[in-house]
Amino acid sequence: MKKGDLLVFFIFIFLIGLLPVLSGSTYTMTVGIFSGINALVAIGLCILMGYAGQVSLGQAGFYGIGAYVSAFLSLHFGLPVVVSLIFAMIVGAIAAVILAVPALRLKGHYLAVATLGFGEIIYIILNEWGPGGPSGFGDIPHFSLLGHTITSTTGYFYLIWCLVAGVMLFSLNLIHSRSGRALRAIHDSELASNAMGLDVVVLKIKVFILSAVYASLAGGLYAHYITFISPSSFSLFYSILVLMMVIVGGITNLWGAIIGAVVITVLPELLRRFEEFDVLVYGLILTLSLMFFRKGLVPILVEKIKKLKGLAVVKH
Amino acid sequence: MLNIKGIWKSFGGLMALRHINFDVKEGDIKALIGPNGAGKTTLLNIISGIYQPDKGEVSFLGKNISNLPSTKIARKGISRTFQHVELFGNMTVLENIMVGRYVKTKAGFFSSGLKMPYVMKEEKEIQRKSEEILEYINLTQRKNELASNLPIGEQRILEIGRALATEPRLLLLDEPAAGLNIRETRNLGEIIKKIREELKITIVLVEHDMDLVMRISDWITVLNFGEIIAEGTPLEVQKNPEVIVAYLGDEEEIQRGYNAHT
Repeated sequence: MKKGDLLVFFIFIFLIGLLPVLSGSTYTMTVGIFSGINALVAIGLCILMGYAGQVSLGQAGFYGIGAYVSAFLSLHFGLPVVVSLIFAMIVGAIAAVILAVPALRLKGHYLAVATLGFGEIIYIILNEWGPGGPSGFGDIPHFSLLGHTITSTTGYFYLIWCLVAGVMLFSLNLIHSRSGRALRAIHDSELASNAMGLDVVVLKIKVFILSAVYASLAGGLYAHYITFISPSSFSLFYSILVLMMVIVGGITNLWGAIIGAVVITVLPELLRRFEEFDVLVYGLILTLSLMFFRKGLVPILVEKIKKLKGLAVVKH
Repeated sequence: MLNIKGIWKSFGGLMALRHINFDVKEGDIKALIGPNGAGKTTLLNIISGIYQPDKGEVSFLGKNISNLPSTKIARKGISRTFQHVELFGNMTVLENIMVGRYVKTKAGFFSSGLKMPYVMKEEKEIQRKSEEILEYINLTQRKNELASNLPIGEQRILEIGRALATEPRLLLLDEPAAGLNIRETRNLGEIIKKIREELKITIVLVEHDMDLVMRISDWITVLNFGEIIAEGTPLEVQKNPEVIVAYLGDEEEIQRGYNAHT
């Protein structure tokens, strides 16, 4: 991890700790929890798209797999939630391999459509054969660890954001490693990557697995927090929402995934005051932000900071 | 070290290479020249596994590598540069070299994410080695710049550096002097010679700059329309009448051209 990232990471941890103290209302915490769950999915998509250059419009599929597998195993087989979450991630990873092996022959738009198809297939399966069909099922056990069951929103807020922090730390380490560089290399030139001896196909499959594991973990957490799930939460709309988070935050920067997730989750809440016009304003803000902040919020912020630093040096 | 026997390659109806026999001795700088479209790059692409030959065999250090994909060939010790520079444009100069170290290192996704102690050690080693290579090719002062921001001359040198980072036994250079000015070309020539003499890396060079080719190569192979028309030392090739015809056209043609002009 770079020095800048380390500093931002500490600020990030500090903010997580601070928010419940400043505003511990159930409402704030709930919005915070959803931001965190979305951030987990967004971080995975950011590595997949922004770093490795592979498009996915099927993240909702992995998210749904995670939610259904973890919920089902803990509810019907009485598995401890931690164990069922691990199973959810494993099933998500297997699904990623099944998708990636044929789909990664494709590139760009074709890959986008293939992953979109995958998401739809999962959605249809959940509707047709999922427990409860289109209306879903409830009574999913809450998250518990070592005999402590988390039921309070503040508890979930800490749990989820700690996991976001852990996933972020893991991802930052990965990005600045041999494998992370290899992913970025594939993005820039597959021809040269092959000539440098990179196992391009294996790397692509691995990064797909990684994004799927993050999404499945998020799905599982969602299920145990909300205790009731139905297929409608895992439709194409969610895949596009996550894509939006990553793009608004800045696809070339991992922090962008978190910022994007928070912005896209919080924005509709702030727009409540516009009542029936909220969707309109929401669309307008997103369109404008894509027009004027095309690189995404975080990369633009980084550029500004660099410029300021440059000015400070000149003044000295 | 590299033995190519009876290679044929066609693209649709176009016969790009016909029955090519081509050998490279360890420690040599061997140039591959010929007019545009003669099949030089195609041959390089077959050696490095980007294309598979229709017929014939490529063997490297005594092993048949004809049908291996390029990533496996790279791991066997053949590295290359590209006619149209293929750097990782959004990565820094140093990072480009560091990617070259990929084949010599092994940290995986999981151990990198968890930052295991051996990963840290390996990462430091990658960094040290890469900076050493940058020093060797004289690009240290550019190390934190984006590769795509370098002028073409330095991009071509960086591509060579990235190939060196894989510690190849054989280095394939595809028109490394294209787009370079005289001074840059001379510097490139020095670097290529240095690589052969100090690093003991065998080199196959595809190049149009005859001055450079004649100055640094030990052996030259001339291709025309997918066939080898001459082979020998720079002096022999320069005197070969067939080569002169291939490059300039025969005397009658020259005369015709001259008449048409006046």
